[in-house]
Amino acid sequence: MSKKKEIVALPESKVQSVLQEIMSGDPVRIALSILLGFFIGAIFMVVFNTQVVNAWSNFGADPGLAFSSVWWTIQDGYGALFNGSIFDTTSGNFLDGIRPLTETLRFAAPLIMAGLGVALTFRVGLFNIGATGQIMMGLAGATFVSTRLHMPMVIHMIVAVIAAVAAAAVWGMIVGILKARTGANEVIVTIMLNYVATALFTFFLRQPGLLLESNGGGTPKSDHPDSTAMLGSLFGSGFNLHYGVFLAVIAVAFYWWLMERSTFGFRFRMVGHNPSAARAAGIKVENTFVWALALSAGFAGLAAANQGLSLDGGLTTSIEAGIGFDAITVALLGGSRAGGVVMAGLLFGAFEAGSASMQVAGVSPEVLGVVKALIVLFIAAPPIIRAIYRLPKPKPKVLEPVKHSAKVSK
Amino acid sequence: MSKIEVTPGMFSKVEVKPSLKTTITMAITGLVVLVAFGIFGKSGDVMFVWSDSRESLQLPHWIVNSMVLCTVVGVLLLAMATAAFFYRRLNKKSPAWLVIIFGLFAIMALLGWLATGASQGVQMVFILSNTLVFAIPLIFGGMAGIMSERAGVVNIAIEGQLLTGAFVSSVVGTMTHNLYLGMVTAMIASGILSMVLASLAIKYLVDQIIIGVLLNVLVIGITNFLHSVWLNNDSSHLNFPGTFDRIAIPLLSDIPVLGQVLFNNRITVYLMFLIVPTLWYVLFKTKLGLRARAVGEHPLAADTVGINVGRTRFWWVTLGGMIAGLGGAALTIGNVGSFGREMSGGQGFIALAVVILGRWQPIYVTLSALLFGFTIVLRVWANQVSPGVPFDIITMVPYLVTLVAVAGFAGRVRAPAADGQPYTKE
Amino acid sequence: MKLELRNITKSFGTLVANDNISLTLEPGEIHSLLGENGAGKSTLMNVLYGLLQPDSGEILIDGKQVNFASPGEAMAAGIGMVHQHFMLIPVFSVAENVVLGNEPTGKLGLLDLNAARKLVKEISDRFGFDIDPDAKVEDLPVGAQQRVEIIKSLARNAKALVLDEPTAVLTPQETDELMEIMRGLAKSGTSIIFITHKLREVQQVSDRITVIRQGKVVATPSPKASANELATLMVGREVDLETKRKPAKLGEESLVVKDLTVLDDRHQQMVDGVSFSIRNGEVLAIAGVQGNGQTELAEAIVGLRKIHSGSVVVAGNDVTRSTVREALESGLGYIPEDRKKDGLVGEFTIAENLMLDGSFTAPFAKGVQIDFAKRDEIANNLIEEFDIRTQSAETLAKQLSGGNQQKVVVARELGRELKVLVASQPTRGVDVGSIEFIHEQIIEARDSGKSVLIISTELDEVLALADRIAVMYRGKIVGIVDGKTSREKLGKMMAGIAA
Repeated sequence: MSKKKEIVALPESKVQSVLQEIMSGDPVRIALSILLGFFIGAIFMVVFNTQVVNAWSNFGADPGLAFSSVWWTIQDGYGALFNGSIFDTTSGNFLDGIRPLTETLRFAAPLIMAGLGVALTFRVGLFNIGATGQIMMGLAGATFVSTRLHMPMVIHMIVAVIAAVAAAAVWGMIVGILKARTGANEVIVTIMLNYVATALFTFFLRQPGLLLESNGGGTPKSDHPDSTAMLGSLFGSGFNLHYGVFLAVIAVAFYWWLMERSTFGFRFRMVGHNPSAARAAGIKVENTFVWALALSAGFAGLAAANQGLSLDGGLTTSIEAGIGFDAITVALLGGSRAGGVVMAGLLFGAFEAGSASMQVAGVSPEVLGVVKALIVLFIAAPPIIRAIYRLPKPKPKVLEPVKHSAKVSK
Repeated sequence: MSKIEVTPGMFSKVEVKPSLKTTITMAITGLVVLVAFGIFGKSGDVMFVWSDSRESLQLPHWIVNSMVLCTVVGVLLLAMATAAFFYRRLNKKSPAWLVIIFGLFAIMALLGWLATGASQGVQMVFILSNTLVFAIPLIFGGMAGIMSERAGVVNIAIEGQLLTGAFVSSVVGTMTHNLYLGMVTAMIASGILSMVLASLAIKYLVDQIIIGVLLNVLVIGITNFLHSVWLNNDSSHLNFPGTFDRIAIPLLSDIPVLGQVLFNNRITVYLMFLIVPTLWYVLFKTKLGLRARAVGEHPLAADTVGINVGRTRFWWVTLGGMIAGLGGAALTIGNVGSFGREMSGGQGFIALAVVILGRWQPIYVTLSALLFGFTIVLRVWANQVSPGVPFDIITMVPYLVTLVAVAGFAGRVRAPAADGQPYTKE
Repeated sequence: MKLELRNITKSFGTLVANDNISLTLEPGEIHSLLGENGAGKSTLMNVLYGLLQPDSGEILIDGKQVNFASPGEAMAAGIGMVHQHFMLIPVFSVAENVVLGNEPTGKLGLLDLNAARKLVKEISDRFGFDIDPDAKVEDLPVGAQQRVEIIKSLARNAKALVLDEPTAVLTPQETDELMEIMRGLAKSGTSIIFITHKLREVQQVSDRITVIRQGKVVATPSPKASANELATLMVGREVDLETKRKPAKLGEESLVVKDLTVLDDRHQQMVDGVSFSIRNGEVLAIAGVQGNGQTELAEAIVGLRKIHSGSVVVAGNDVTRSTVREALESGLGYIPEDRKKDGLVGEFTIAENLMLDGSFTAPFAKGVQIDFAKRDEIANNLIEEFDIRTQSAETLAKQLSGGNQQKVVVARELGRELKVLVASQPTRGVDVGSIEFIHEQIIEARDSGKSVLIISTELDEVLALADRIAVMYRGKIVGIVDGKTSREKLGKMMAGIAA
């Protein structure tokens, strides 16, 4: 009588239903969520700005200043965000003006690739928080090939990308195997593997025989990758955008084909929606988990290649830059669909691109961390937005009156 | 009227031998100790220092050759593994005491091997008391996990609750110069965060895991922001609370070794001594506990006998969150003395693993949290006594142990049946 | 206690589950509520029990209007309910289950389990139940669990007891015993509402009958009404309870199960040395009370459960150690007992659901891509052939009625080349029209030379379909008998008494 659950550690997440909710959400609600996120972010900027606080403590002396200081703080912050990520209004010519947009693309590319990876596991019904660790392992692979092996142009780069993808995929596979064999909950497993991978990559970076830079000392840092292995610049000097953005385009196209057109995607989605029906339909659910996690990590590996093969200087763990963590929110925000992930990746890429100019404008870009979290929270939890904007509850889906398809009832 | 036969089980049972996993693990551990630590171990003496220098009654130090110690322990471990093998031959599980003694001996060999030749030796009081201190946030986090999961709500947000508690206790403690006030506000702030989790999960049926993860992201975002724009500007007036004073309990603290470890501590430790047994009592011996467990096992059944499922879940999650907030306070004003960026460092997730390992029972959860506390101490201590062991590898230890625990125990323990299942009538 | 329901209306979205229903329950009477699956019986009772709030209408107890916001209030007013799916907590003891929500406590909120035990003992003794207060509920057989449910209601001084489909899980003998218990309770003054769709039981025990159909009260026939009259009222048209079929034309044996043993995770032998074989053109039905290992048997044949010992051969292929996919590809079709859990993906469209187990090969797959054109063509054909009532193949499965969902599953399995069909509870929770249609399809499959294994707890279904009947009890086959064996004899076999 008591149905014993197969996986007892933690229950399966109903990721699917949330994705459904996100996808069914009209653009209005998404827009309202983003707006509200920015609004609350603005409150944070204002309340913790010393100039504003000073102006308000002298409210009696100069009330005008108190109000204008609020306005200027917000304008400085979000203005800098705009100038840094979309179009630089302070620059004289169009080419310089458009430069921030290319920066947004550059930052969005790895977020989109890693986001697709997380999205893939969401659609298989797994809550994979392991992109960070997978990127670390991908970085280890890319660093090894790009600094220790020497090959001709292009080939070197391709081998390095493949190494990153393969190393990440193996790391992802470990999660799948642990889950399939022991029923361990993937949330805890992936988080623990993130810490392990970070420590492991650092360990590699410290070993002279492995990744440590020549003549390196105590700091875990690698050599500069061979120029033959680098993802080349796309528009030449003045622009940082590199060929990594093409990797992202390929990744998006492949993801779309995989999930929407291929039989693999069909089975992934089947397992995600109803694993026990999938099992009854002859699908090995455990194996599906393993392959899905390996593929998912492969996408994270692409993001790692993008990071490891594009920057000047030697590599450290900091090059991961929180992409693995943001990938979760990108995947959620994008409803785990190819198009959605692209849009979410662009938004978050813009945040990254704008951070520097916010810093310059004297506003802490850390506020964007709050804004990001709030936007995704609002979108994943529609009741909050409905309550705040007093939106009506969505009407229950009305069933169309049943038409007799062919035969008339006896 | 005929009677229905009330025998447990309608079906005949097949005798199946207990899993070999435990026995094999024991045998491998024994071999590793014997060969790697013993026969091919470090030649040199190791000193076990039992008493703390502050104690009035000093136990003599124990100095022994490391290879001899590890060889002897290795042989003992293999003997215990053999005993476990025979238990299995008799279709019995190895008794818990055997496994526990095995574990203690294995740890002794590990400590001895690490501290070979180190001048300070194996300082038992240091290791044990720090194990306890490092375990406190995990224990409180674990209690929060028990409270919400027993009532059927998965609480992935423990990490965020710890971080909230750590932040608030540090800031309020510094600003008011009253650490107790800091502790209480930490509990309240964490409780409020739990209320958000609880109401979204219970009333609005948002997926519990997603909402938990997002609340963690939010708390990390907010504390990082405040840390960089606010605390860093004036940390001596905002983020410098210091720690609670140690309170030595008269008489009890004079017991050799254990007195210093258990009864010369900060209030956070004593609160743990109070909260753990209380939770056990409430959960298993009282009406409130029976109802909470009913809600976590079969909410519809609980509803049909007039128990308000939503309200029960809400309060258990909230009170659990307050205890997690206490755990956060234990990180700052109970140990380190100030707030650091993302200082919870995954301990909220380790707490979840501890809950599974401890089978949702307060006492067992506390014991497994102590095991993790020990791995954290090991990280600090091993680096001091045995600089040859790579730091990054030791860093991984707590996380690897968590992985082994989750992988080894998941599927063998039974979670509350409705854990993570939203309850809705229509 | 006199209980009145007046003009109760309750709707979910556009579906009116209860449409202006009125019902009166006199003290000490047994009032049967008869209706087919989905007629609105359970909704009405959930309204009465405070689990649902009515849109309009009122409830009166002894002439006074009451309003139940929660089951707790209904219980306090003296209404008890034994749900179709027991509301017991498996890991709690009987005593804990009985007092839950109403616990005797001592100092410091300490539970007084001794008082609880005494209460269970007292009620058990009064009605001659033999229940150990300290037994864990999950260890009890279903019949005993049902008695725990009744004790639970009586412990709360229920004056009116609602029994929702209580006989679904009982053997005919246990059913008779339950009827006796009901009469005893009525005599002692407890009023009973008896919800069922089984005509024989209604005739046996009722003082009064109310028939509801599509959410409305359609009649209050006399307890002496004939089965055919009641069936006609329940379904709304003449029902032919018999399925007409030609004598079986037997071919070769294509499903051979030999000495099959299957364990559950507590190492219990859920299937215990079961052997049988089915020939082409034959229907073998496994009868038995729910929970005697039938589910495990079906799942083991398909490959969903590990086989401990014994063998399964499908059309000459040994599939004992095969994966589900291999078993399906060897010519096995499988209709699982729980279509929502195992048979369908609710979020998928009908077209997608019709290719659920066909994604590996043609016609649905072209290489590693889905052949969308082919898929839609097949889907439209099956929708027509199997009379699936839907607007299009793109409708989501979860939006269909239970009967149409089941037809999707049946269409998928019968729509491909099969040698053996394993159908577990093929018509559970389905309206009478769909039952008839699905039964016809199964008989058609048999007549076209397939071997069919039916697993059903409904004796009516077994008798309507089977050429031979195997009765299962506690994991074992009690006996395999002819399809025309009498109910009485089958009933005895279902209680474990060999033929």
